Amino acid sequence: MLEARGLCKSFGNVVAVRGVSFCARDGQITGLLGPNGAGKSTTLRMLYTVLKPDEGDALIDGRSAIADPLGARRSIGVLSHGAGIYNHLTARENITYFGELHGLSRADRDARAAELIELLEMQPFADRLAKGFSQGQKLKTALARALVHRPKNVLLDEPTNGLDVMAVRGLRKLLVQLRDAGHCVLFSSHVMQEVEQLCDEVVVIANGQVVAAGTLADIRAHGGDRLEDAFVALMEPAPASDSPRGGAKT
Amino acid sequence: MNLRGIWAVFRKEFRENLRDRRTLLSALVFGPVLGPMLVAGVVQFSISHSEEQYDENITIAVIHGERAPNLLAYLNARGVDSTPVDLDEAGARRAVADQTHKVILDIPEDFGARLQEGQPAPVILYSDRSRNFDRQSVERVRSLVGQYGLEIAQLRYLARGIDPISVLPLSVQEVDVSTPSSRSVLVLNMMTYLVILSMLFGGLYLAIDATAGERERGSLEMLLTSPVPREHLIYGKILAAAAYMAISLMLTVAVFSVSMSFVGLERLGITANLGPRAAAKLIACCSPLILFGASYLSIVSGFAKSYREAQTYLGLVITLPTMPLLFAGLLGLQAKLPLMLVPFLSQHLLMTTVVRAEPIEPALMVVSVASTLVYGGLLMWLAGRLYRREGLLG
Repeated sequence: MLEARGLCKSFGNVVAVRGVSFCARDGQITGLLGPNGAGKSTTLRMLYTVLKPDEGDALIDGRSAIADPLGARRSIGVLSHGAGIYNHLTARENITYFGELHGLSRADRDARAAELIELLEMQPFADRLAKGFSQGQKLKTALARALVHRPKNVLLDEPTNGLDVMAVRGLRKLLVQLRDAGHCVLFSSHVMQEVEQLCDEVVVIANGQVVAAGTLADIRAHGGDRLEDAFVALMEPAPASDSPRGGAKT
Repeated sequence: MNLRGIWAVFRKEFRENLRDRRTLLSALVFGPVLGPMLVAGVVQFSISHSEEQYDENITIAVIHGERAPNLLAYLNARGVDSTPVDLDEAGARRAVADQTHKVILDIPEDFGARLQEGQPAPVILYSDRSRNFDRQSVERVRSLVGQYGLEIAQLRYLARGIDPISVLPLSVQEVDVSTPSSRSVLVLNMMTYLVILSMLFGGLYLAIDATAGERERGSLEMLLTSPVPREHLIYGKILAAAAYMAISLMLTVAVFSVSMSFVGLERLGITANLGPRAAAKLIACCSPLILFGASYLSIVSGFAKSYREAQTYLGLVITLPTMPLLFAGLLGLQAKLPLMLVPFLSQHLLMTTVVRAEPIEPALMVVSVASTLVYGGLLMWLAGRLYRREGLLG
């Protein structure tokens, strides 16, 4: 379970996140929805312990990301925005490296890598050097790397960016599998359809604040019967200051 | 200490860079092979050049040679041939400046007349002293002309009934106390410099790749979410860069040791102490610098936003610590205790001592090793502090 408690973060004079609180539960897929520049990435980065909040705290399975970042990291798997992989390692080596960093024994991380390679259907390229991988192959490698230590909580920052339809479908399938296995899945997106198809709960963020949270039905109640209409209605009172609403990130 | 984490990062960086042609070339080829070849080539060339200059006839340009036939015959008998040219003063200056002629001898119009009257007869010698390479030819012509004058003077004394010996009140005898090995230092000073530089280059690309490169690829953020303390991540990277530096250092010294044995140094009157034992000592003197160098390069490239930016910084920064070495050569510094506290300089001085085949005082060695390791440790700690900053993510 992931819990944001009054998270605040500024970079110099720019306030990125101002008092974000929400909860992402186990066995659910939670979507962090918002326009570009709304503070989604910053919020996620505080949750996955790379940034320290100025105020508030991020709790991972009840463990404070500020007080015990190393402990918190053991139970999270992260796919950061544009996650890069190591070109001179094979896909399998990329995965086992992170297994090693997480303290898995050699036998354990080898077995786990084989398991993930099968799950993500990576067999054709698992033992090739990552140099020249397609976008989809890179994403699968990065995902497997994030899951190597069987994290209870999985955080993904705009995971579908730059992927083709087949790769997106594969990712969706995996997220559903993770949810059904009882994991807590939190991902950020600005794509309505994606959120609509996947999420059990949605947290709408604009201008560094939570403007709505709840099930899809709860969000839709804010206006119109499509999520997009509701989203636009939510943006009206608090438009994102520095970007067009719902504009597509490339 | 999360030793497993440090070890994991070290192994991965080491292996990944083993597959990177750029790292391999700079660690195993550029420094270790090209450096020693360069020095061997330069030494070989200067040996054959200096032998040539003393053995072979040289040809100089002469303006109005017909005014001094005896002088030209004297020079010719001593291996200096002349070609007549017709140039005015400005033309002669230009010809030397643009290297059409290395040396031009100009005999003025009143040469013969003044010689007959017993007055100093002028001879003009044009040369370019800034050109080291021609200096030997110039010196040779100058001294031959001087000798010719001296012989005329002695004939004049004899004609006036004076014993020529009595007008030579002093007899200067030069004694060169440099031993063959200490002379070799002048030639091989360049070598210790290249050993240190080549060692640094060995870890250069790994240091860039593991810091700025990792950030640019976007894999740094994922790495920072692993349960290994941030400073341990950079320690692993520094140690991997250090491993490449160590390999580069050993290879460079080994190649130097072998290649110098093929160069005819003894023909220059030089015996360089570069056998296997000396090579081992050179490596021992230099190796404490590895930790310092690896941390230093990692810190600098850690500040860079991209691979390219890091390359630009490091190109400048890598020569910075080797500056004192150039001054050491100019000032003729010797290994002394206070100097052992200066990293790079102390290693340079100790290596020079080894090449001279002089014994190293244990105290000097201890101070050099201990102080450099302490600085290296401090820099490593500093790198760890830098990796704890949030700004690292850029």
